[in-house]
Amino acid sequence: MPLGNNSICMAKKQNSVLPGFRLSLGYTLLYLSLIVLIPLAAVFVKSSELSWTEFSHTVFSPPALAAYRLSFGASFFAAAVNALFGLIVAWVLVRYDFFGKRIVDALVDLPFALPTAVAGITLATLYAPNGWIGGWLAPFGIKVSYTQLGIFVALTFIGLPFIVRTVQPVLADVDSELEEAAASLGANRWQTFCRVIFPLLSPALLTGFALAFARALGEYGSVVFISSNIPMKTQIVPLLIMSELDGFQYAKATALAAVMLVVSFLLLLAINLLQWWGNRYNATELT
Amino acid sequence: MTDDTKINAPRRMSEPPFIRRLLIAVALAFIALFLVVPLASVFAEALRQGLGFYFQTLRDPITVSAIQLTLLAAGISVPLNCIFGVAAAWTIAKFDFPGKNILLTLIDLPFSISPVISGMIYVLIFGAQGWFGPWLMEHNLRIIFAVPGIVLATMFVTFPFVARELIPLMQAQGRTEEEAARVLGANGWQTFWRVTLPNIKWGLLYGVILCNARAMGEFGAVSVVSGHIQGKTNTIPLHVQILYENNNIPGAFAVASLLTLLALITLVLKTWVEYKSDTLRGTAFTPVPIVKKPR
Repeated sequence: MPLGNNSICMAKKQNSVLPGFRLSLGYTLLYLSLIVLIPLAAVFVKSSELSWTEFSHTVFSPPALAAYRLSFGASFFAAAVNALFGLIVAWVLVRYDFFGKRIVDALVDLPFALPTAVAGITLATLYAPNGWIGGWLAPFGIKVSYTQLGIFVALTFIGLPFIVRTVQPVLADVDSELEEAAASLGANRWQTFCRVIFPLLSPALLTGFALAFARALGEYGSVVFISSNIPMKTQIVPLLIMSELDGFQYAKATALAAVMLVVSFLLLLAINLLQWWGNRYNATELT
Repeated sequence: MTDDTKINAPRRMSEPPFIRRLLIAVALAFIALFLVVPLASVFAEALRQGLGFYFQTLRDPITVSAIQLTLLAAGISVPLNCIFGVAAAWTIAKFDFPGKNILLTLIDLPFSISPVISGMIYVLIFGAQGWFGPWLMEHNLRIIFAVPGIVLATMFVTFPFVARELIPLMQAQGRTEEEAARVLGANGWQTFWRVTLPNIKWGLLYGVILCNARAMGEFGAVSVVSGHIQGKTNTIPLHVQILYENNNIPGAFAVASLLTLLALITLVLKTWVEYKSDTLRGTAFTPVPIVKKPR
């Protein structure tokens, strides 16, 4: 009887007793269009005004290609490091008790709460050759600030909360009966983790990874100070767009922005699919 | 069940103490290296020239005007995004209509866009070469490289915060209470003020706290539209950048310490609200897409 159910739903929707549907929907769409959709559309309209040769000369120029490579590479490694350590932090916060646990839990969100400019100057100073951490590394010939390694450090910092916060709730929801079952069937702890717990966590872990990666791709504030911003070497895409804007090269900046927006939309789609898959997966596995 | 499995089963339910301690140590070391050390160094650098210099920097008229502009931008964008958040959550949680998931994704859009692009889009519209640029010039109005541009960019980057906090909360609460209020004779606004608002007050406060933190700290988007005119279009984060680039490192960190305090206060308030309302969980800053769990 799917059809019948549907028509009951339809009838209910039209006669909802709650008021304000048109007003709130209208306001939502108006505000959304004015602040977000129309300005974003400007990027695509403006870049469609460029000829194909202009567009391709900008988005496939050697500095742009180098910037994509660095942006994607550094973001990927930063997200991967966060995936490993974020999983450990989430595990420790959910499963163990230790002194200062609540403070650590609250601190995890610091990279979101701390303005990126503050993060940027702090990391640049810390990892400079005369800084607290950079001073330790300098004798070994490791330079962090003003190199690609510095960009990786900044991107790791801003991506830190994503994995912890996506894995934490899923890990807390894992039914202890599943682990008991695995243990009573003779699995040791490592086997239980690999074969039972990890598969349950993997959608959340992947979502967190994708979120951290997406955030790192667009990051500007924390990177601009720690990167020396040299084209072809330490210039990620947002820095390249910024330097085009500073030179009033709006056409070039727009073309690069269009490329990055398409990448962001694809990542957003992937994240939505992952989230949907994760929810489905948990619902079928745990009930 | 034999005695052997009875003894072994609990042990297999957790890790050996050695592994536990190792994992805790690794987690704490990672947190210390990436969070605690940078946090401590902000204050250490800020106070390097002594308290006198610290307060002198904060009392500087240019710093004060940056603080005022930041308060103004947050003071406009947070309430507007709050109204939007309530309207969007009311629409999505209380009514069924086609395209709801698309609307949810569109609301989240600003989170997935680089701050540089978030600022740039307004330059494309209101800048000298933008759509409304010539018209604005004729009427002697300035949006880009002026205060309105900063407010717009701040509104864009903080756009989703309140909405994405309220939508799942109101979806979970359902419609029955509001429907009961209506049946008992309350009109729409009475229903909203007396039933809905008390139910969502913690969620709303939570959204406002996070929205405000981002509004006051936004750097990239504001940097594009600001023009960096000292004393006029400089927000606190932009002032930090100018001081830093002028090699006034202790000054930059003194101003940065204000923003760091704001971040710490935000975290404390956020934890407090989570404690008061057990439905809120620390995922708020993380733009995990809002997808309804299938039953």
